[in-house]
Amino acid sequence: MKFGVVRFPGSCDEVDALMACRRFAEADLLWHGDSDLSGIDAVVVPGGFSYGDYLRVGAIARFSPLMESVIEFARAGGPVLGICNGFQVLCEAGLLPGALLPNNSLRFVCRQVEVAVENPDTPFTRACDQGELLSIPVKHTTGRYYAPPGTLPDEQVVLRYAPGHNPNGSMDDVAGVCNEAGNVMGLMPHPEHAVDPLTGSADGGRLFESLAMVPVA
Amino acid sequence: MTLAAAPHRELGLTDSEYEGICERLGREPNALELAVFSLMWSEHCAYKHSKKLLRMLPTEGPHIVMGPGENAGVVDVGHGLAAAFKVESHNHPSAVEPFQGAATGVGGILRDIFAVGARPIAVLDSLRFGELDSARSRYLFDGAVKGIGHYGNSIGVPTVGGEVYFEPAYEQNCLVNAMCVGLARRDRLIRSAAAGVGNKLVLLGARTGRDGIGGASVLASAELSEDDASKRPTVQIGDPFEESKLVECCLELLDGELLASLQDLGAAGLSSSSSEMASKGGVGLDIDVSRVPLREPDMEPFEIMISESQERMLCVVEPERLDDVLTLCDRWEVRATTIGEVTDTRHLRVFDGDELVGDMPVHALVDDVPLYDLEPEEPEGQIYPDPPARLDDGGSAEDALLALLASPNIASKRFVFEQYDPIVGSRTIRRPQSADAAVLMLKADGGSGALAVSIDGNGRRVACDPYTGAAEAVLECARNLACVGAEPLGLTNCLNFGNPEKPHIAWQLTRAVEGLRDACLALGVPVVGGNVSLYNEGGDGPIYPSPIVGMVGKLPEPEAVPRVGFAEEGHAIALVGMFEPALEGSELEKLRGRLGEALPPLDLPAHADALVRVRAAVRGGELPTVHDVSEGGLACALAECCIEGGLGARLSLDEGDAALFGEGPGGVVVAGPRAAVESVDGAIVIGEVGGDSLEIEGALSVSVGELRAAYEGAIPAALGT
Repeated sequence: MKFGVVRFPGSCDEVDALMACRRFAEADLLWHGDSDLSGIDAVVVPGGFSYGDYLRVGAIARFSPLMESVIEFARAGGPVLGICNGFQVLCEAGLLPGALLPNNSLRFVCRQVEVAVENPDTPFTRACDQGELLSIPVKHTTGRYYAPPGTLPDEQVVLRYAPGHNPNGSMDDVAGVCNEAGNVMGLMPHPEHAVDPLTGSADGGRLFESLAMVPVA
Repeated sequence: MTLAAAPHRELGLTDSEYEGICERLGREPNALELAVFSLMWSEHCAYKHSKKLLRMLPTEGPHIVMGPGENAGVVDVGHGLAAAFKVESHNHPSAVEPFQGAATGVGGILRDIFAVGARPIAVLDSLRFGELDSARSRYLFDGAVKGIGHYGNSIGVPTVGGEVYFEPAYEQNCLVNAMCVGLARRDRLIRSAAAGVGNKLVLLGARTGRDGIGGASVLASAELSEDDASKRPTVQIGDPFEESKLVECCLELLDGELLASLQDLGAAGLSSSSSEMASKGGVGLDIDVSRVPLREPDMEPFEIMISESQERMLCVVEPERLDDVLTLCDRWEVRATTIGEVTDTRHLRVFDGDELVGDMPVHALVDDVPLYDLEPEEPEGQIYPDPPARLDDGGSAEDALLALLASPNIASKRFVFEQYDPIVGSRTIRRPQSADAAVLMLKADGGSGALAVSIDGNGRRVACDPYTGAAEAVLECARNLACVGAEPLGLTNCLNFGNPEKPHIAWQLTRAVEGLRDACLALGVPVVGGNVSLYNEGGDGPIYPSPIVGMVGKLPEPEAVPRVGFAEEGHAIALVGMFEPALEGSELEKLRGRLGEALPPLDLPAHADALVRVRAAVRGGELPTVHDVSEGGLACALAECCIEGGLGARLSLDEGDAALFGEGPGGVVVAGPRAAVESVDGAIVIGEVGGDSLEIEGALSVSVGELRAAYEGAIPAALGT
């Protein structure tokens, strides 16, 4: 199993994500200007401010040469995990339903929150139990999830903020969603910042652990 | 600003300084030269009122790798690693435009750190505003916090700590000081001295525009006044995305050993960066301004030389490495342009194409600057008015405690730190409010243990007594480090004061620097660098004298770092250190409408010994709770331990306001298993953790919920959020 972690100009958490992946499998950084995904079994699109988040969050990154390959990889069934800005990019790329809107507070918020695993039958959560609570930090300005009524089936809600933990006003407390096929997931919390009890929690490691269990094609 | 209408006085130079320039040039300066001199000789660039004073500070120590004079100070942190750090002010820009002023303050201090080859790994901020019942202060506070978050969060450097105080003396002139800590392999550090005649001078980063023209002289080196809105064009605009690319690009250039020297462009832009590089290297530089990429096509050569456009770096490159440099910059989409070369003339020569438009001896620009002696005079009595009374003298201890916890100086700064990312980089093991210092582990970097960082300074206490108040800032910072088990390796400071040409301000400055010096000597902590911000005055008078102290320390065992909160029912609580609480200069006295005129004298060697004992106790690893006593005294410190831990406590203390709410350096609350607490050298057991109230026998009993409501609710309520 080998993770590829995307690096755009303006990415912030790509090295954190790389180190988190390496706790569970091999991992390398992928340069935004390249388009070669050979040897990569799962792609992580990390957090940060790709291309400065100019125009609209995630809107420019979606057009990078590497993302064209990631979109192809996802359509072929390859597992792709988008974290925070990565979630925004995957929504912009049309790989995930819905969109991320500015937080209700209109401010950046960084906070340790609890999220409940709503769907443990995805490549990203198979190491978790249904309803398991994970303590993972959020940090974003544009993280309020929204999908038009009727466009997000329940089974595509992978993670929900625990009661009282919704930091941004997300619709129905949605913290993470997957696509219909279940091979693409995005979430606003940062699991790569919850892989070591010394830094606050190791719960985020469950997602990388799950992905590392995916059989290599 | 048109130069024709701006003779030397309008540029902030005195008549005798102008004569000095003519003397050094052997002729009258042309317009460009005058503009460059006015900036290089400004207080901000030349430290002409503070340089002599700063020579008092101790700058040598066993851990120092680079001392004052480089872009940042650097200390050895073991395993071939070094920590670079520095604090800088961006006060006047923030008072004029808080969001961009604060944002570019962060951007500027980051560049100082990666200019020495270190990756920025932490930012801390020290902020001062007027009281929150003033609309202007709320606007400045909100804007500055947003600006710091905007820049730091976007660039992926964690903001791990800081402090904020609200006092009437900062109403017109707020303070925004930012400190950055970077980490580098010792063998990858780089200096800024230009070297190698014939080497190329390459400008990296953003295009040059008209923003920030004259910032250093017009804004930073004069008092604020009514028409400051008209100075907005002198405030720079930040672009963290550009800087993020610039950081990664510069660090890769250094990894490839492609640069001979590197320097950031800060105040006075190309003028100061180039002449300082030349001065340190003992060389000259030729710059062709027509090659500088511009944001606006019709800029004058003098504008290009003094623009303070952000996100630019200047480097010296050997000709044979130039292609590799340009290729790497292209990969990071960072603009790189050869704009000149190193010469043996020891002159800064400015060309516009083939035409020589300025020719100045580097020595005259950087080294042979007129320095002024201060004329200090101790004022008779307190020069600041008493603050408005908000609390009656006769009230109960419970009312006093709740009022103190709700005072914005003491209340939780959650509103602030939740707007910052403190965790990116995966080094942060103590986030804001959970421990007295930020703690950053070094394992993933190949080091051992962790760094601890803190930034401190209580201006009101310095206003009461500049010498003692400044020494206390050093002690407070070292105590915060001791509370996580860290030994200080070096100190950086930012001296924020009023107009030094006024005798009473000169006196404050002199006494404060003496206090810093004596405390540094007592603790054996050297000063590795810093910044001076003078002329912090508005229409209402000077700010409180505000020396801000930042320290970086090292601790051996990240796993053993204690927290502020009480951990377990039944834990014994003790007071350790050397604590002699007094009400003079305390937050309680402020709430009661009294400023004070003196602080109790300090026994610095005794405090230094006490800190060693605290550090040893913490390093024993058996104390889960450690918290220093600062604003609001022992009762507030205990309340904070209760709030953070979600547990009550029962205690027996001496009677009287001074025992409960008195302040003074040196006191530390510890809690843990009884045997561990009792074995701490000098520990006085004062109570036990338990229940859901803070109960101090014969004085007060308040539920933890009520304490939390006062502590967490105050700032959101004041801002109406």
